[in-house]
Amino acid sequence: MKSINNNPIIKVDNLVAKYGPKIILQDITVDIYPNEVTVILGGSGCGKTTLLKNILRLIEPYSGSIKFWNEEVTTMDEYQFNEKVLNRIGMLFQAGALLNSISVKENISVPLEQHTKLPEDIMERIIRTKLHLVNLDHALELLPSELSGGMKKRAALARALVLDPDILFCDEPSAGLDPLTSLALDELILNLKHQLNMTIIVVTHELASINRIADKIIFLDNGRMLFAGTLEAAKASGIKAIDTFFNAENH
Amino acid sequence: MKDTVKYLDNSIFLSGEINIKSVPDISEAIDAIFKKEKPITVDISDVTYLDSAGVAFLESLLDKIKTYSKAAFLQGVPEALKPILKTFSSQDIPLKESIPKVGLFEYIGSKVVDTAEAFHQLLIMAADVFYWAFVGLFNRKGQRKGSFAQQGVNLGVDALPVVGLLSLIIGFILSLQSAAQLRNFGANVFIADLLSISLVREMGPMMTAIIVAGRSGSSIASEIASMQVSEEIDALRMMAINPIRYVVIPKFHAISVVMPMLVAFSILIGMIGGLIIAVGYLGLSVQTFVSRSIDILIMKDIIVSFTKSIFFAWIIVIIGSYYGFSVKGGAEGVGKATTNSVVASIFAVIFFDAVFSLLYL
Ligand SMILES: Nc1ncnc2c1ncn2[C@@H]1O[C@H](COP(=O)(O)OP(=O)(O)OP(=O)(O)O)[C@@H](O)[C@H]1O
Ligand SMILES: [Mg+2]
Repeated sequence: MKSINNNPIIKVDNLVAKYGPKIILQDITVDIYPNEVTVILGGSGCGKTTLLKNILRLIEPYSGSIKFWNEEVTTMDEYQFNEKVLNRIGMLFQAGALLNSISVKENISVPLEQHTKLPEDIMERIIRTKLHLVNLDHALELLPSELSGGMKKRAALARALVLDPDILFCDEPSAGLDPLTSLALDELILNLKHQLNMTIIVVTHELASINRIADKIIFLDNGRMLFAGTLEAAKASGIKAIDTFFNAENH
Repeated sequence: MKDTVKYLDNSIFLSGEINIKSVPDISEAIDAIFKKEKPITVDISDVTYLDSAGVAFLESLLDKIKTYSKAAFLQGVPEALKPILKTFSSQDIPLKESIPKVGLFEYIGSKVVDTAEAFHQLLIMAADVFYWAFVGLFNRKGQRKGSFAQQGVNLGVDALPVVGLLSLIIGFILSLQSAAQLRNFGANVFIADLLSISLVREMGPMMTAIIVAGRSGSSIASEIASMQVSEEIDALRMMAINPIRYVVIPKFHAISVVMPMLVAFSILIGMIGGLIIAVGYLGLSVQTFVSRSIDILIMKDIIVSFTKSIFFAWIIVIIGSYYGFSVKGGAEGVGKATTNSVVASIFAVIFFDAVFSLLYL
């Protein structure tokens, strides 16, 4: 079991992100603490997905520093970054990003085949357990094109979880899911946190879901960070954009 | 339109419905007024209905007035129409974003810079592919499972019918064209030499490469491009899998093995096409044709042919991958990437064929 301490597991300092000449994120400074659920909030198009992709270097940050486990990663080469960071991380993409030419089962087995030498039957078991976690047992042999949007996301979540990552990134896991499935997903996230000590970063707009799962909130607005802190502090912050967000349902 | 638009004392009086249907006629009538007069006021007290086109029309009318008058007045707005005016008003919306005009030289300059940058990226891509292809020979880790055989079938076996048919026709045409000339000089027997050399050194590798570029180059580009836009490539990288290694290398290996075979097949079928003419039209015996066409070839011809076919295969994979990975935009970007990759790889094949011809004359 990992010790729970107060050192941030991810530390982002003064991150600037660009698409071409266009600045998308400016001076983002974020600490993510272990064994917590951090929710990234903000209006559509404000740069949440961009932030995740920059932290994971799927897009190279324009400037700034990113540390995982106290180690600077922006200067690592591909091999080091894979070994030290990506192998310990799972990511659920906004649209799932399953490999379209192969079945759900094969998709989930990709990380197992590439990074482990497990025997077939053990792999099979792991795949089935992970699919069961996201409640998709019946989809084992289906192709991604035969799944609904929500099913794709759940299958992708199973793939993100297949190597038992230390950190899980989820880009809008519950968008497009019905309230019941979305509730089940939140419970899964809480389980992962409590039972597997996972650190989880979630982008979501669902107020109910935020109230259920969030320990910390990061609020983005127009490419800048408006707030970072606990859920309670966010609600009491008195920042107008945040108040509007949390009270949106009462209007 | 006479009744809906009236002009009196610097004022335009509108009446009836101003909607998406009536605006064109009204605006024509207004233009006629503008030719002679300079109205200041627009009166809509008799207007019964406005839609968003009507509101846009009124606002554009007022803006037109403002080009020569300090003020423009909208008069007699009926109570019922006020909410509509408000909802559809574009007053607070900046209508024109100024798009900076690019001058000719700037345009040419930026194109040159872009092209140089693209070329640079292409070379990096090529270096990556060669590196991983070499590593992949000894270590299959990081490649899609069972992919090599499947790719071999896709790229090679499936291409046999079209390569065969086209080669037969090419052999046929080549020999038919030359047969008539050779016959005039009584040089019938040289048809075998001519065909053999041109098919082995030029037509075989080039025709096959062009077909493969159209068939497989396009499918490589579109597969990678669609993986890129659906974030599958990002997902691979997240799983600590190198996308070039996973997606491109099995194709690279497969095409390197399959392409020389396809070229050999193409040459063989082309020769059969020529044989039909040589025997049927020029009266050569099968045995003479076969023995002459083999005798004329020297080792160098075969090595050139073989080298060319592998080189072209690599060009096709690298260009296809380059366009696939550098796709911009969504689904329509995939189409564009595919087309560009086919055009570029056919161009590159022909270009390098010319270079080869110069080097190994
Ligand atoms: N590939 C791209 N090229 C150029 N600009 C992009 C690209 N992807 C996103 N952007 C821009 O970056 C900004 C942030 O996009 P991002 O996808 O991070 O938003 P988001 O916060 O995830 O929104 P949503 O909640 O809708 O998913 C947007 O203004 C968008 O126009
Ligand atoms: Mg997003």
